[in-house]
Amino acid sequence: MPTDKTQQAIDYAAMPDDRGHFGIYGGRFVSETLMQALDELRDAYEKFSKDKEFQAQFDADLAYYVGRPSPLYHAERLSNEVGGAQIFLKREDLNHTGAHKINNTIGQALLARAMGKNRVIAETGAGQHGVASATVAARFGMECVVYMGAEDIVRQAPNVYRMKLLGAEVVPVTSGSKTLKDALNEAMRDWVTNVDNTFYIIGTVAGPHPYPQMVRDFQSVIGREARTQILEMTGKLPDALVACVGGGSNAIGLFHPFLEDESVEIYGVEAAGDGIETGHHAAPLCAGEPGVLHGNRTYLMEDRAGQIIETHSVSAGLDYPGVGPEHAWLKDIGRVNYTAITDKEALAAFHQLTRVEGIIPALESSHAMAYGVKLAATMSPEQSLIINLSGRGDKDINTIAKIEGIEL
Amino acid sequence: MSRLQSCFEQLKAEQRKALIPYVMTGDPHPDVTVPLMHAMVKAGANIIELGAPFSDPMADGPVIQAAAERALEFDISLDDVFNNVADFRKLDDVTPIIMMGYLNLIEVAGYDNFAARAAAAGVDGVITVDMPPEEADDYISALKSHGLAPVFLIAPTTTSERIGKIGNVADGFVYYVSLKGVTGAANLDVDSVAEKLAEIRQQIDLPLGVGFGISNAETAAQVSACSDAVVVGSAIVKRMAAHQTHDATQTEDIIRDVTELLNGMRQAMDADIENKITKTA
Ligand SMILES: Cc1ncc(COP(=O)(O)O)c(C=O)c1O
Repeated sequence: MPTDKTQQAIDYAAMPDDRGHFGIYGGRFVSETLMQALDELRDAYEKFSKDKEFQAQFDADLAYYVGRPSPLYHAERLSNEVGGAQIFLKREDLNHTGAHKINNTIGQALLARAMGKNRVIAETGAGQHGVASATVAARFGMECVVYMGAEDIVRQAPNVYRMKLLGAEVVPVTSGSKTLKDALNEAMRDWVTNVDNTFYIIGTVAGPHPYPQMVRDFQSVIGREARTQILEMTGKLPDALVACVGGGSNAIGLFHPFLEDESVEIYGVEAAGDGIETGHHAAPLCAGEPGVLHGNRTYLMEDRAGQIIETHSVSAGLDYPGVGPEHAWLKDIGRVNYTAITDKEALAAFHQLTRVEGIIPALESSHAMAYGVKLAATMSPEQSLIINLSGRGDKDINTIAKIEGIEL
Repeated sequence: MSRLQSCFEQLKAEQRKALIPYVMTGDPHPDVTVPLMHAMVKAGANIIELGAPFSDPMADGPVIQAAAERALEFDISLDDVFNNVADFRKLDDVTPIIMMGYLNLIEVAGYDNFAARAAAAGVDGVITVDMPPEEADDYISALKSHGLAPVFLIAPTTTSERIGKIGNVADGFVYYVSLKGVTGAANLDVDSVAEKLAEIRQQIDLPLGVGFGISNAETAAQVSACSDAVVVGSAIVKRMAAHQTHDATQTEDIIRDVTELLNGMRQAMDADIENKITKTA
């Protein structure tokens, strides 16, 4: 007989339901033309996620191509400087192409190949997902088109060139706010038009079902490794986890394998931009309302009429008005705490990690660093904290130099 | 009988097909919309599809995206759409109006509140591009309880199983998206449209409209020969976009251009029917 307690316990692994709902969030809100393609994708994903050969190929690619497992690094000097909890960094920045994004693109490209699609498209903000998509397309000999906001193309010039070197076509998107959300709109339009031969590699845990589930599953390797590693290194579970949240893929990847461990406090960090109170931010979970965008119901930055409003963050990868539906649900049920870090705080954390540990973090990851360091300071040295270092900062050095008035 | 039902019954009796122009509320200026709606009826439109602008029109091509951006410069909201419809109804209580837009505006308003206000203004049906029937239980009951028709889309990729599902919940008419792509694309294939419509007719009794990619009198006539209604959007919006003067002549210029386009379509569609009538006679 199950006790009351187990009856109440949430089965996180059973989410979403078979139509992609996380509570009231998620689902599938797309134009009719795509419904069949999403059904095909869901069926293919269900089949291959249970297929031993497919999984073996995925695992082998993660090991030999991406370089997994990524280390869990005890940042001792930083921990001492902060004077609180022991800080561990999950080093996704050491992956091939420099961020967690490749875990997902490997998975989706294998699926595209298994489904016989030889053209892949992707949207990108910081360019990391675009680079990771162009990379796997090169490796599998697929045609690749990446949609990128015209404003982001300027902010992330080195990544644009990388994508081109890898053989991808980078299409500037000039509609709307010219950033990540508009790139997503444009990729959807391409998919609707070329649905027969095209696989859309979405870069985060958003979009219509099955994307939020599928991308989470591919990224959960981060949390599974981290769990094993911290147990080996400290003999116990961590006291807290911290990750930045743009669409939420690196965060859910770290969080998901720990959701049932009630002793582990979990923090998702959004971009507060110039400050939540200024309205110039990208923090839908902290300051938005539920709505429907890009195929799913979730928290959004929107005005009272329901129009999506422009976001601001120094970090292109966090500059998005929506967030994955599983995060919306985790917020409402109170399992994960969502908070936000300003541009200024993120920049300070960027310099701190660079100088104290010799690790240059991505601006996105710097948001997680900034909050993680604040949190660690409130904890004791016997406690431990894992921060997801989702990517490396090489792509951001132009942005940072410009902010600091330095000409490269 | 609803305005939509009377409209299709009368057309059927006359052996004519519905011409359905689409315009975006408030594009290119809020003063243009209501006079233009009346003028389109005069030019031969039977039903009007009225767009509600959304910041992220995922299913639209560049022409209608730009129309939404122009309308949003005037902060056009659902309230404005309803006000325009109520204004139009002062002089025309017959022509059905279908509101077309994206779900988020309706989510934020609340389904029941939205439906009540739309019905009170004189809207007859609603097309919500990103609301598939699988997610639509509450939405459909809200619309139906206020006498509004939930109009759903069927695409070239829609399977026979889903055609059945859509048929079970749709009302008013069913809108067949003639091609894989966004609005304003230009590769409509009349033969494959006719084939798919025949497949849809096996499961759905409602009138069948066809839209996306109908840009001139010739295609309007060809498509109307195998369907019950022809929807024309980007071709109209493109003509309107040429007149962004925001001066006194703007409305006149737009009405002249749009009337010319619709007249041509109307004549070609009716001529096609007349030819058939004389042939069978
Ligand atoms: C290094 C890095 N971290 C985080 C993100 C944010 O995405 P997500 O929230 O899906 O992990 C990005 C997106 O571009 C990124 O490049």
